[in-house]
Amino acid sequence: MAQDQNSKQNLTEKKPCLSGRGVTKVFGIGKQAMTAVDHVDFDFNEGEIISIVGESGSGKTTLSKMLLGLISVTEGTIEYQGKPRDISSAAKKKEYWKNIQPIFQDPFSSYNIFYKIDAVLDDCLRMRGKGNASEEEKIALKTEACSFVNLKYAELTNKYPFELSGGQMQRLMIARIFLLKPKILMADEPTSMIDACSRATILDMLLKLRDEINMTVIFITHDIGLAYYISDKVYIMEHGKFVESGTAEECIIHPKSPYTKRLISDVPKIYEKWDLDTVVNE
Amino acid sequence: MKNTIKQVFHSGKFVVGFVIFITILLTCIIYPLFVKDDPLAMLGQGNFFKPGTYVSQEEVALEKSYTLKLPREFSKLEMVLDMDTRSQIQQFLIKYAEIPEADIDVTNAEGLVQLWKANYDPDVKYSGMTSAKRKSFRRLNNEIIAAQRDTGVIIAEEGEDGLEKSKTIKDTDFVNTKDVQTRTFILGTDNFGRDVLTELVAATKSSLKIGLIAGLVATAIGLVLGLLAGYMGGIVDNLITFVTNLFTVIPSFVILILISYSVGDKARGIMVVAVIIGITSWPWTTRSVRSQVISLRNRDHVNLSKLSGHSMFRIIFTDILPYIASYVVMAMILQISSGILAEAQLSMIGLGPATTTTATLGLMMQWAMTYSAHLNGSWWAYFPVVVIIALISFSLNLMNTGLDQVFNPQLRD
Repeated sequence: MAQDQNSKQNLTEKKPCLSGRGVTKVFGIGKQAMTAVDHVDFDFNEGEIISIVGESGSGKTTLSKMLLGLISVTEGTIEYQGKPRDISSAAKKKEYWKNIQPIFQDPFSSYNIFYKIDAVLDDCLRMRGKGNASEEEKIALKTEACSFVNLKYAELTNKYPFELSGGQMQRLMIARIFLLKPKILMADEPTSMIDACSRATILDMLLKLRDEINMTVIFITHDIGLAYYISDKVYIMEHGKFVESGTAEECIIHPKSPYTKRLISDVPKIYEKWDLDTVVNE
Repeated sequence: MKNTIKQVFHSGKFVVGFVIFITILLTCIIYPLFVKDDPLAMLGQGNFFKPGTYVSQEEVALEKSYTLKLPREFSKLEMVLDMDTRSQIQQFLIKYAEIPEADIDVTNAEGLVQLWKANYDPDVKYSGMTSAKRKSFRRLNNEIIAAQRDTGVIIAEEGEDGLEKSKTIKDTDFVNTKDVQTRTFILGTDNFGRDVLTELVAATKSSLKIGLIAGLVATAIGLVLGLLAGYMGGIVDNLITFVTNLFTVIPSFVILILISYSVGDKARGIMVVAVIIGITSWPWTTRSVRSQVISLRNRDHVNLSKLSGHSMFRIIFTDILPYIASYVVMAMILQISSGILAEAQLSMIGLGPATTTTATLGLMMQWAMTYSAHLNGSWWAYFPVVVIIALISFSLNLMNTGLDQVFNPQLRD
């Protein structure tokens, strides 16, 4: 699957979509300063699926928040489509956010529980400039988005988020992306809170969506096996630094860094005895 | 929403507090509909009349009377001749009249009095008797004569030749209370002669009003500052936290006293005092709202709302405020309760609302203290006030705890 995507990618010309030079984030000052992301460089090309893999606390989520523009960058520059990203004012931020959208890890905390599901989808239509469209057109668009993720809009329209299951919530998040059609999707462990069956469905939908609107997917995960199956490029992150990067093939089948090797050995395999000692020994 | 309200009314603590509070509130509303007196009307001429029913003396004297046969214990003679007096008479008769003890029947009052009258002469100086004893016998003699006289009280009217006897009131004469004017002061009157109950109801009403306004003002200021500081962070947060800490460090009661004093006596109405209390008690709300907002600010749904291009105010109102609303309501209940207490404290030291136009619970306490009700035993002037203040605070705190248990599942038992 990975190879198939790679070959497809090679046919088209690679245009840089999001790239960073020396991106750093330091929390706190003085003695309490904690460097979460330490001078990382990256080039994410258009239409690629990029995985950022690392264990808890390695700085993946901090990096994703910087890329989303939710927190400021301490040092370094982030370039968007070859030009330095400018999010200095609220209006410019709004413009930037039309191009980059997230799916968060925890679907249960992604919704405002005081508003019905319609509110989330209406926000998307407003962002796409369809806020003044006729009621029928709006409903048609929302129904289309919901059916893309195998949900029935008519059943959802009067429900509150907490009346849905976790899988349904996360699918609705994908429907939101379908409506917004951003250039970049920042998927921050979108399947880690979901059971294995729903996980496959959700990944499948993400890939389908990528093919449909040719967006860049930045996939943040701690699951290196998952990263191998879906990504074109993999970045391995340890203590705020990228220790290894390259195609999924290079990184995961022929890992160079001991950290990557450890991550791979930590993945349980069904037909083999899982040696828990490796976690301690290495 | 419906479920939350249902849950709230399933909490025993909340229901008890709610019932007490609503009872007090309804009393404040309904009582004035029946008793239309001015709560500050001075009805009594003099200090601290005891609780009870007051009857017009003149009307009782002039009213047509009914003769009722009294049981013996109530007859005047029986009341004068108690056991002690009877034994004294017996000793006198034995010693000075030399009557044998067997002839004296102490239990028969009439016979005893007959013997006494036959043998005692107030003009004789009995020997072997102290002058005190002699005087007490003379007094006893007078009492017996008075008790035996059945003419009772004579009412005289002024006629042409001076006073003329018009009516005699006997000890068996009674008047129906329906025929005469009565006035019941359930809680007596205070130092100015005002009916304490009517005054108390009016005072509770104005104290609740002060508490409510003070609570609203404090919560409004605290909420706005807390939301801004918590959500915006950075320099705004630092500035607001600095000011809040300043207000927290200086005891707010001192600021309260200074502001109340500088406003002056004439300007201090109920509203002004309530607002003054409100603007000195917000720091606590600010601090707690700020910390709540900080923990909410980085939630995914807030981030998502930001990324959907919503403005800061919209995010605050739709994504943050609903989440802390229950908390703010609870904080406001506590602010109301502390507002009522603050008014009582202020009034006790004479900085409460202007004293001639309204009554508040604090002012009633102050008047009772100034006229030393606590020293002369007029408990009705201050004790009901203390009970009402305690009940209001108690019910509000109980409601707050009940709400807390509903909204914070960790506290459920």
